[in-house]
Amino acid sequence: MLFLLIRRGLRQHLVSTAVAVLLVALGMGLVVSVWVVRAEAEQSFTRSASGFDAVLGARGSKLQLVLNGLFHQEASPGNITAEDYLQVKALPMVDRAIPIVVGDNFRGVRLVGVSDDFFQNLEYAPDHVYTVEPGGRPFQVEQKEAVVGSLAAHQLGWSIGTTFHPFHGLDYNPDAQHSEIFTVVGLLAPTNTPADRVIWVPLEGVQKLGGHDPAAFTDLSAVLIRFKPGAKAAGLMLDTRYNRQGKRLTLAWPVASILGDLFAKFSWFEQALQALAYMVAVVAGASVFSSVYSSMSARKRDLAILRALGAHRGFLIAAVLGESAGIGLLGCALGFGLYAVIAATVQEILRTRIGVLFEPWAWNPVMVWGPLLMLGLSVGAGVLPAWRAYRLSVAEGLSPLS
Amino acid sequence: MDATPALLIQDLLKSYPTPSGGRAEVLRLPRFQLEAGQQLALRGESGLGKTTLMHIIAGILEPDSGLVAVGGTQVTGLSEARRDRLRAERIGYVFQTFNLLQGLSALENVMLGLAFGKGAEPGTAMAALERVGLADRAHHLPRQLSTGQQQRVAVARALANRPCLILADEPTGNLDAARGRKIVELLRESAASLGSALLVASHDPEVLAAFDQVIDLAELNQVAPREEEV
Repeated sequence: MLFLLIRRGLRQHLVSTAVAVLLVALGMGLVVSVWVVRAEAEQSFTRSASGFDAVLGARGSKLQLVLNGLFHQEASPGNITAEDYLQVKALPMVDRAIPIVVGDNFRGVRLVGVSDDFFQNLEYAPDHVYTVEPGGRPFQVEQKEAVVGSLAAHQLGWSIGTTFHPFHGLDYNPDAQHSEIFTVVGLLAPTNTPADRVIWVPLEGVQKLGGHDPAAFTDLSAVLIRFKPGAKAAGLMLDTRYNRQGKRLTLAWPVASILGDLFAKFSWFEQALQALAYMVAVVAGASVFSSVYSSMSARKRDLAILRALGAHRGFLIAAVLGESAGIGLLGCALGFGLYAVIAATVQEILRTRIGVLFEPWAWNPVMVWGPLLMLGLSVGAGVLPAWRAYRLSVAEGLSPLS
Repeated sequence: MDATPALLIQDLLKSYPTPSGGRAEVLRLPRFQLEAGQQLALRGESGLGKTTLMHIIAGILEPDSGLVAVGGTQVTGLSEARRDRLRAERIGYVFQTFNLLQGLSALENVMLGLAFGKGAEPGTAMAALERVGLADRAHHLPRQLSTGQQQRVAVARALANRPCLILADEPTGNLDAARGRKIVELLRESAASLGSALLVASHDPEVLAAFDQVIDLAELNQVAPREEEV
């Protein structure tokens, strides 16, 4: 009977109930979104470091090196020589060193020149190596061939055998098309990393394109480095060698810490969003209070009737708190729906623009404390109306007396 | 017939605070008794304290002093929770304004009459509706029923838990004469079939005429009427 009364009570004041539920949903959706997107985005970026521990590049910003080398964003801070690459590759603590060259695009999709090591058992995540989809093959060195990332292939509508003329520069300029023709010989199996967003070509394919400086044909944009397992001091040693003692190169290491600094730059925005989410949560609580309070005032007589029929005061408290909890529960359910929409949008944006895999349903404590906060606010908002119901005089509620 | 009276009132006194800080007596009843299965009409004009008396009997209001016992159980002196329980299990209350919950169907309103006593059981509630001839309106909301039908639902709700005492406070006050007669008939027949005592408070001559036993509250109540109430 209690649930029936709660359900009917909510339905009887449908408009105010709906507004309160929507506000709770908004509060819930915002709270969960702000916390999860923040935490999961950083995790996603770190996961998407494509299996590399460090990036070696020209003297400049570490963040720029990481963004350029691993996320294919931004421009390279400058070039390094082939000798630099060979030196770092020869170091005993270095497991893999993959040179890359950037500087060209096809209609905005970046071309990345890379050595053929890239397709030789290189792990982008534990037990996952870069592979070419069946039916294709890795490019051959010195050939005008390309292996296309899965997202890029989808975006461009390319398949094996497609030919294309690259454009000079990282940004698409229709007037800067190279005359060379490349042929797609393979599609990279999806990796859910930024590697999916680019067109992979042989190093020499980019270095020796028409219009590029012949003096810099062997120059590289960066070297992606993975240390040998157990070589814990490797990062520190190379950090000392390149960043402290050397003045010509920069080693971006550790990648996670550099990405953490990137997110720290936006912490003010995150704090503003958190404050906004809290404010919406408080407004939602006020809305629940308003809904339940006005509903209770309108149903003073109903509550008195219940008492006259033998309902204990505690039953009225349960009925009123049940209504506010009901609003809270409905709002939380809807809030998760709202979060799902927000998360799907963020997921799509990160996947298509950066190539980062965002996992919206990965465990985060806000998944528990978010609903509990909103439910607590909702139930808390019902306390005063419940107290009024508790104090209700049955005789007055049933008046007039005769 | 059960020797325990359905209702016993002794030395009942009820007063209300006045704006001047004193207290005004509204009820002073030396003794009043209703036997099990007895049907009685209580005549009284508005403002004489009929509803106050009914509320005291039902345990909704507490008297200043005196004794009220329903079916042998003393209402006065019980904790509020136990009075609630007693009201739910042993008293059926029919109000002038029906007092149905507008958001609930006829059946659900009758189930409310059971919910706080024996437990809301749809079968029992439906049987109560059948008794008042409204089984086919079980799922109608109060606003979808005529005033006479609404009062019949209220009667069904009051009878659903087979109370030992049925209180009806101006049960025809919101009905026309024909419907009023039917409700009184229904109340009397139902109370008789259940063996419940029936106490109907009314100032309507037609209602009073339906009862063999009528008591005038003004004669029973030993409080002198105040000038402003006359």
